Amino acid sequence: MTTTATLTAPLPPGSVDDTPITFSSGHSSADRAFFGLLACSAGIVLMLLVALVVFLFAHGWWALVHFNVRFFTGTVWSAPLEPGVLGLLVGSVEIGLVALFFAFPISIFTALMIVEFAPPPLRRTLTALIDLLATVPSIVYGFWGLEALTVWVQSPVSWLAKYFGFIPIFRTLEPGRFDDSIFICGLIVAIMIIPVITSISREVMSQAPREACEGALALGGTRWGMITDVILPFSRSGIVGATLLGFSRALGETIAVLLILSANNQVTAAILGPDGGSVTKQIAAFFPTSSPNGQSELTLAALTLFATTLIFSLGGRLVVQGGLRRRRS
Amino acid sequence: MTSIAPPGPDTLVARRPEVEWSPAAGAERPPSRRRGNRSAAIELGSCALASLAFIWLLFTIAGLSAPFGFVVCWYLLFLVSYAVLSNSLHGRLVMKDRLATIGVWSGSLVAGLALAAVIGFVVFKGAPVAFAKFPHFWTTDMTRGGAATPVTSVGAGAAIMGSVEQVGIAALFSVPLAILTAVYLVESQSVLAKIVRNIVDAMTGTPSIIAGLFVYLIWVQPHGVNGKSGVAAAVALTVLMLPLTTRASMEVIKVIPGGLREAALGLGAPPWRVVLQVVVPTARTGLITAAILGVARTTGETAEVLFTAGGNQRYNLNPVHGWQDDLPLRIYELIGQPSLNAIREAWGVAFVLVSVVLAFFVLSRSVGSSGRGTLISRLLRAARRPTIGDTP
Repeated sequence: MTTTATLTAPLPPGSVDDTPITFSSGHSSADRAFFGLLACSAGIVLMLLVALVVFLFAHGWWALVHFNVRFFTGTVWSAPLEPGVLGLLVGSVEIGLVALFFAFPISIFTALMIVEFAPPPLRRTLTALIDLLATVPSIVYGFWGLEALTVWVQSPVSWLAKYFGFIPIFRTLEPGRFDDSIFICGLIVAIMIIPVITSISREVMSQAPREACEGALALGGTRWGMITDVILPFSRSGIVGATLLGFSRALGETIAVLLILSANNQVTAAILGPDGGSVTKQIAAFFPTSSPNGQSELTLAALTLFATTLIFSLGGRLVVQGGLRRRRS
Repeated sequence: MTSIAPPGPDTLVARRPEVEWSPAAGAERPPSRRRGNRSAAIELGSCALASLAFIWLLFTIAGLSAPFGFVVCWYLLFLVSYAVLSNSLHGRLVMKDRLATIGVWSGSLVAGLALAAVIGFVVFKGAPVAFAKFPHFWTTDMTRGGAATPVTSVGAGAAIMGSVEQVGIAALFSVPLAILTAVYLVESQSVLAKIVRNIVDAMTGTPSIIAGLFVYLIWVQPHGVNGKSGVAAAVALTVLMLPLTTRASMEVIKVIPGGLREAALGLGAPPWRVVLQVVVPTARTGLITAAILGVARTTGETAEVLFTAGGNQRYNLNPVHGWQDDLPLRIYELIGQPSLNAIREAWGVAFVLVSVVLAFFVLSRSVGSSGRGTLISRLLRAARRPTIGDTP
């Protein structure tokens, strides 16, 4: 918009572009009342989040004061005497990383498929299917993972553990027990974050400048050459942001993780084994039955998780928007 | 030729087929697109077949039977052979392009397979339970269930009604609020709008368990046993649905062309009437889509209702008093029971849940595709139509 304005004659100051006029609130009393109503509803949304954070903070205050830094640095979660949220967070992060390992390439390829490869009628179908993937409830994914996926991946996983057990992440202490591992959680969560990463990167990729794409093709480049030299550099920040958003979604996933993971929560690098905790699982499984002190600890753990996901999701959004703005200007 | 006679119109006509027929020109003609595709398809197919045959031979000789490993080995060998073949026939660039194409296709195939596996499995396991003695499962409650009773003696009726009430109340809270907020966030440039925009973004990614925790702490726990109820669950769902619907509505309102607003303002309409009579009606179908999508996403949320709805085996139509069942919670509780029948029933409930969610999804799609384009384009056409006195 601004580029066209500068390319043609410089517009006189104050002239109308296509951007809508901003309203000043001083038109009439009806206007003031109406926009006051709108502002009120926005205020309610604001209050909701503030209330959420303040309330959780108030409940976690006891644990914060009582354990202080130990709470955030302790790697063993044995509530209520020795809660160390780092131990749980490591499990959540491991699940997120496994999920990203599978979801990232699949999502990028699917986004490329929708933007570049698929014939136009297939494009719409694929977009709808990816949206559908986001709509299926997480409890259904969790149940499916519990009943179907754990059975299906049993033999490949045991093969991996048998022949590649010397690599620390594939080591197993309890051979033959592969059905409640971080790995399987990661697989299920991967399916859930595929739509997040795919839809954002697709949107960013489709905004790649058409003339540059066509130029690359006209110079004799292959389609893949066009993708690596035009589309991917253009949408790099969008893809990074989408990945961060997907990771934050993976950290917050609750029900599937709760259904799959065992009751253990030890910090472990062995992702195929039954150990490994997760913040969300711990809260969902133990919150209502905990003592008041235990609830305070779990609340503080929830806040820690909330802050972590917030960092990743806001960071991701900033990267996406920043990248787009830089390209546009 | 030109020295003998000036070229007339018939010589020109005669010359053209001559050029067309000459073998030299024919040889220079680039190969047609279809022929190129066919040879590429032959190369692809032969690589796939050859690697399949080789791996099959290898697995037979070694006496292996691992279906997953077979497919993986086949795929890897196929990639390698296809790369070598393309490289030797067409060069490195084409090889890269073809490998990337294979990667893109298989990537999206995996995504599609995952979706098909999930939905297919739910239908395969759940449909027989849900459709045994057809309306029965959809209307009965869970009271007659037990380890020994047959699956057909129970049903998801109570859970369906609970879900309808809870999601309905949540929609009642959040849809009007979300649309008003979205209008404000798009139309206003104030500091509050900027803050709330970021907050809505932040809340969209909130782990759902935190919303459940919030309502549990603020309402359920202080009220003891009676704290859990349909309304408590609805409030927890609202915390999730509000940012979702707000964001989707914002996207819809944002794409309304600024010219429409300016035209209305230029005709002297006050801003509030511009919003109510131009902006919102134009975005109407898009807003409906946003609301339906929000409902679809919310219906399946489990973590919120885990602490707040309570769960109930029998019908409880009163949302403000007493524990209430709903679909995701019912699945969760059935999974926790040890009997095999409970798992079957859980598949039945999962089928009900997935079909409800899918119905909402299809509804939102059909509303969006039939309405949004036509309404906006009709308005644009109306705006562009010349009126009397417009012609010079």
